[in-house]
Amino acid sequence: MNRILKTTVIAAAVMGVAGVAQARDQVRIVGSSTVYPFASYVAEEFGATTDFPTPVIESTGSGGGLRLFCNGVGEGTPDITNASRRIKVSEFERCAENGVTDITEAFIGYDGIAFAQSSANEAMDVTREQIFLALAAKVPVDGELVDNPYTQWSDIDASLPDREIAVYGPPTTSGTRDAFEELVMEAASEDMEAYGGEGYTDIRADGAFIDAGENDNLIVQRLAENTDAFGIFGYSFLEENSDSLIGSSIDGVEPTPEAIGSGEYPVARSLFFYVKNQHADEVPAMYEYANMFMSEQMISDLGYLKGIGLIPAPEELREQARQAVADHESLELADLK
Amino acid sequence: MSQPFDEISAQLRRRHRKSARLKWISMGALGLAGLFLVLFFADMLVKGLPAFQQARIQVEVDYSERASQLPLAAVQENVRPLVSRGYLRLIPGRMDDNPELLGTTRMEWVLADGQVDQYLKGHHSKLRDSEQAVVDRLAAQGRAELRFNTTFFTRGDSKMPELAGIAAAAMGTVLTLLVTLAVSFPIGVMTAVYLEEFAPDNRVTQLIEININNLAAIPSILFGLLGLAIFINFFGVPRSTPVVGGLTLALMTLPVIIISTRTALRSVPDSIRHAAFGVGCSRWQVVRDHVLPLAMPGIMTGSIIGLAQAMGETAPLIIVGMVAFIPDVGGSFTEAATVLPAQIFTWAGEPDRAFIEKTSGGILVLLAVLITLNATAVVMRKKFERRW
Repeated sequence: MNRILKTTVIAAAVMGVAGVAQARDQVRIVGSSTVYPFASYVAEEFGATTDFPTPVIESTGSGGGLRLFCNGVGEGTPDITNASRRIKVSEFERCAENGVTDITEAFIGYDGIAFAQSSANEAMDVTREQIFLALAAKVPVDGELVDNPYTQWSDIDASLPDREIAVYGPPTTSGTRDAFEELVMEAASEDMEAYGGEGYTDIRADGAFIDAGENDNLIVQRLAENTDAFGIFGYSFLEENSDSLIGSSIDGVEPTPEAIGSGEYPVARSLFFYVKNQHADEVPAMYEYANMFMSEQMISDLGYLKGIGLIPAPEELREQARQAVADHESLELADLK
Repeated sequence: MSQPFDEISAQLRRRHRKSARLKWISMGALGLAGLFLVLFFADMLVKGLPAFQQARIQVEVDYSERASQLPLAAVQENVRPLVSRGYLRLIPGRMDDNPELLGTTRMEWVLADGQVDQYLKGHHSKLRDSEQAVVDRLAAQGRAELRFNTTFFTRGDSKMPELAGIAAAAMGTVLTLLVTLAVSFPIGVMTAVYLEEFAPDNRVTQLIEININNLAAIPSILFGLLGLAIFINFFGVPRSTPVVGGLTLALMTLPVIIISTRTALRSVPDSIRHAAFGVGCSRWQVVRDHVLPLAMPGIMTGSIIGLAQAMGETAPLIIVGMVAFIPDVGGSFTEAATVLPAQIFTWAGEPDRAFIEKTSGGILVLLAVLITLNATAVVMRKKFERRW
């Protein structure tokens, strides 16, 4: 018993000393789970090929990342946050309130959202309107909004197959869901008179849309079991499972890297990370990491990140984004409006 | 006269039937549980065992001047996509360390790309037809084979499946559990000793008791939130580190240790205490020299089970930031780290299919460690247990 007591006291003492002698040459990164695979790839490369330690990356979601990022300046706060959407004005203001006034925005490329099904079926062409009508909580029938009456795809349009509407998708906490609501639901409903010119994003809760959790692999697995169903997930998962899944073309455009990169494919979003310039003196590795991320070997059409699902931006935009990061350009509120 | 007997024997038959039915139902329940266990293990083994093997290929590595600038140039073009980038990117560094390599060309067994690995294992791979043909040719010449995957046990996480390993997570688990043990064991045992041996039986101690029993049943994620609020936000303990993870898990393990220690203390018969008091020992001497040593096996068993429980925990660690990407095997209590279950969680979300086997392989390792821990607890109990 005495020995055990002594060991614990010593262990506690060692821990205390180690805690005081804590240095911070390690970059700390938080943010989007969509950007996470790319960021961790760069981080690993950074750790393996430079003398700096590998940055620590947590996947917290875009919103969660920006919340931590905007908590303030100093030791305990992250240096970089990844986001699968642009920083919101409200988040920018909160940052400023907490003293985070000098942020650089880095645009790294695009990610497409796939609307896919098991390859046991024939490919299906849909429009955003049709997806909207299949998934909205209330839809216009004869000029009036009623609870969504559609149960088969063929109810919406005779050209669609006579299959039950069942769609697996991400939960409301997910950035993919945000993007889907904005790019499909809002875009499709804006022009519909019944909604008065405003975007409508409520998704039906009667079982046709199935909340499948944050893990996109789960959706992929479920599509293999339920061949009637569709899934909504990031493009990289479609590419990785090209043997068992086929993506639907949306508004006549197939989900291909080219179509997503050129902006033709309508359900694509931009990916970013944000750098806290006020940490430059304490964490010198930060810019080295950011520059490596923005380099051609990572984000170009020949870059490594393309191999794991990033859709590169056109050269001109890449060049512009790279310059902004190299110059530590400060993001202004006016840029966001 | 025979009628009452008939009635009794009929009743008896009914009762026997009932007990037989109960027996079958409970055996069925056990069988079902066993079946699920077998299915789970079989699934994990089928998916996870390939993770312990990794493809290697023999290629010509040309340590030229050019390769020190552009590592891709070190191997011939037809095998370039087949060699792991994780190997290639280290070539310039190796040439700096060993200048005599410059200008030489060697046949070397190198780590193959994850896709080659998947192809050789008969899984779906993204190799082109021409690349598959090259792999087939290499395999026919005995220059491509599956070997035991040491990388899996010596390296941390990686984006390249062929380089991903559990060592960083295993190290993180060890460090985290050391902190957990160092904090929860002394506090837990002392609390139990006080409550059992010294405390008067009044309202206050009863209230404490009820609270401890309640704490043992609280969902673990709440401990994570508590850890975030107290250790990180209030005391400023660095995020994602074994210290904060260990402290959080210690909160969770405390009630388990307290409860099992109290049970162990209670099972020490009063005659021991009376005898010690009889020869003039003070209360502290009685506890330290007699009761505690006799209760130790029970205390250790309870602590091991509490630790095993903490080891499998992920939810509270997500909140304190221990579910992170950690490629380097650390060794410090204050460096960012991750733990085994968190590593499994991370891999399960990877798009790359090669990570399916890594996930299952990680689960197999975690299960093996947990079974070892629990078996140790059982063995200790059997070996040191005393009957009074």
